[in-house]
Amino acid sequence: MHLAYPAVLSALLFCTGLYGVLARRNAILVLMSVELMLNAVNLNLVAFDVWLSRTAEETLHSGQALTLFTIAIAAAEIGIGLAIVLAVHRNRGTSDIDKLRDTAERHDPDGPDGPGHDARTSGPAGEAQKAEATA
Amino acid sequence: MTTTTLAVLVPLLPFLGAVAGLLLGRTAPGFVRPLAVLPTLAALVLAALVAARQGGGAAVDAATELTPTGSVPIELALHIDGFAALVAVLVGLVASCVQIYSTGYLRDDPRYPSYAALVSLFTSAMLLVVYTGDLMVLLVGWEVMGICSYFLVGHYWETPQARAASLKAFLVTKLGDVPFLIGLFALATDAGSFRITRILGTVASGGLDHPTPIALLLLAGVAGKSAQFPLHTWLPDAMAGPTPVSALIHAATMVAAGVYFIARLLPVFEASQAAMVVLAVMAAVTMAGSGLAALAQDDIKRVLAYSTIGQLGYMTGALAVGDRGAAVFHLLSHGAFKALLFLAAGVIIHAAGTNSLAAMSRMRNLRDRIPDAYWTMTVALLALAAIPPFSGFFSKEAVLGVAEHVVTGHTEHEPAAAGWIVLVAALLTAVLTAAYATRLWLLAFRGRGAEAPDHGRQPLTMTVVLWVLAVPSLALGGFAFRVLPDWFDGRDLGPTLTTSVLGTGLALVGGIVTYAAWRHTTALAARVPLGAVAAHPEGDAARVEAEAIAAHEPAYGDIAYAPDPADPGRLLLGPLHRHAAAGFHLDAVYTALFVRPVQAGASLVRFLDREVVETYVRGAGALPRWLGTAVRRSQTGNVQTYVSALLAGTVVLAVAVVLVATGA
Repeated sequence: MHLAYPAVLSALLFCTGLYGVLARRNAILVLMSVELMLNAVNLNLVAFDVWLSRTAEETLHSGQALTLFTIAIAAAEIGIGLAIVLAVHRNRGTSDIDKLRDTAERHDPDGPDGPGHDARTSGPAGEAQKAEATA
Repeated sequence: MTTTTLAVLVPLLPFLGAVAGLLLGRTAPGFVRPLAVLPTLAALVLAALVAARQGGGAAVDAATELTPTGSVPIELALHIDGFAALVAVLVGLVASCVQIYSTGYLRDDPRYPSYAALVSLFTSAMLLVVYTGDLMVLLVGWEVMGICSYFLVGHYWETPQARAASLKAFLVTKLGDVPFLIGLFALATDAGSFRITRILGTVASGGLDHPTPIALLLLAGVAGKSAQFPLHTWLPDAMAGPTPVSALIHAATMVAAGVYFIARLLPVFEASQAAMVVLAVMAAVTMAGSGLAALAQDDIKRVLAYSTIGQLGYMTGALAVGDRGAAVFHLLSHGAFKALLFLAAGVIIHAAGTNSLAAMSRMRNLRDRIPDAYWTMTVALLALAAIPPFSGFFSKEAVLGVAEHVVTGHTEHEPAAAGWIVLVAALLTAVLTAAYATRLWLLAFRGRGAEAPDHGRQPLTMTVVLWVLAVPSLALGGFAFRVLPDWFDGRDLGPTLTTSVLGTGLALVGGIVTYAAWRHTTALAARVPLGAVAAHPEGDAARVEAEAIAAHEPAYGDIAYAPDPADPGRLLLGPLHRHAAAGFHLDAVYTALFVRPVQAGASLVRFLDREVVETYVRGAGALPRWLGTAVRRSQTGNVQTYVSALLAGTVVLAVAVVLVATGA
């Protein structure tokens, strides 16, 4: 099999993932897109390792070994990522990342801060909402 | 011990006393009084010993150089001639009396420890000025006295008058000290040394290149320190300090330092005829003007302050006609009787509860409450008015006699013009002196009206020193005019018949006219009630005085003036009275000439700083702030925007790397 096929496929996968990361609003879908990008990279690693080991006298298959590492790390990452998203959803009642803008510079009070801003500033109401979400 | 060792100890002992007093004042209050009185007394004894050993013979000279100081060497030098020895005894005597008096006067004062230490430091500085043979060391003592005067005038710093007076005293004397310093440098450059002996040697051999500028520059410093016209305005205001301070600093010693300085360096001044005439004019204006002003003052201490200015004018007058013997003779006798006058005035203020003569003239029997102050003050006022046989008569006659000598051409190089100026002004001042002395005595002790308040006996420490000082006021002159020529230049100081008759006659005229005016006006006193008395008459004298000073301006509208139609000075001076009370408006002139321009300059500088400099600073800060605001706008909080920017950056970098790698 020619190298071009897996390379093009992984490029397509990566671009799909990139589009998902940049364009999706749901945090879970963003995480899934990240998985797509990671797997595109894995595909590349495996394909190039096979292609390079054809001509080599002896090889350690380091590309394939690295792929195993990436899969392990991706598993851990998605676990933590989903846990965070779950916690955020419980606290804020949403997982829309357009509305999670706590890191914004808030010099004007009516900036596009959304419910995060409200939860931070409206103390008792936010507490009540949090209690509701955890219950 | 050698005479040199003794002489070194004389200024050193009060200095050590001052240091110990400042260090121990708070931790060991029991030692403060002995530490104030004993070193000063010891210095007096040692100064008397030095004077006895020196005995008017050859001057004691000793010098040591601590370290090389460049072109003109500065040496720790002693130069003790007859003048130095006797003036040091006077300083020691007055300082001892003042320290003893202060233990009673500031009995309950919480700041007594620092006060006593500063008085000791001041005494030490004055003794240094008197004994030193090096002009730089003299300047050190001169400036230490200036700063001590600042602190002591401001002793009652709770009152605004004292704060203003201490600043004024400091600034005005510094105004004279700057030219003084330049004059000292010029003198040392011409003579090649700061040693007085060498400078006098240079002058004698005619080696002084610029005598007139040097003499005039030095005169400015002397005018500031000795309160001569036109730099005298600080002295009347300095009466806002405690009375013992006025007695020590502003009557007997510090203000005499200028006169003493000219006496030491008289040949330098004599080398310039112009300087001598300037000195004579300065003395004449000072004498006559201060006499008129003293006649119009209401505050008893301000009367004495103007009187001090006038008597210092006599001394500078004697120097202007080239006789330092007469000047220092008057310095000695004046130091004794003026210290006595001030200390007695302190007792009077304590007893009467006011410093206003107008209020005292409405009190009956004040003299029976304080018999010691009454008798000693009478002696001192007679000495001030130069009535024979009191000491002031002999010393003033010495001054008049010298002036008359110069006028009649008995001396070689003094200008006759200076002689005439001094003689006429001195005779006019004799009338005025007698007049204001009589007015002071009549108003203070011959009052009519309500009974004077009775606060019991004055402390013994305050009354004993009055009698100690009364002895020299009474008898110093009669003995001294025969003995002193041996100590001084050898010129005769005895009274001559013409000036004696003329001077005494004029003094009697002044006294009698004032008495007649008083008889005429005293009936009015009962009709115009006046007077404000201190709120706490049971407090110690210092508290009563501070309250009296603070109350004078609200009660009478002015610190120097009281609207009292029963004042004989008002009748005698007529329309001049209002101007004389304000010191002939010299303060207003200075305000217009110097204070306002300085304040205008200060507001200009403030404007430049606030509006111009700060605008540039703000402008420099504004640009980064705008940039920061612009950059902050990109922080939307949307993670996807950040990632997009990251991607764009990565693409740009990748393209750049590819382009560089392919060499395009």
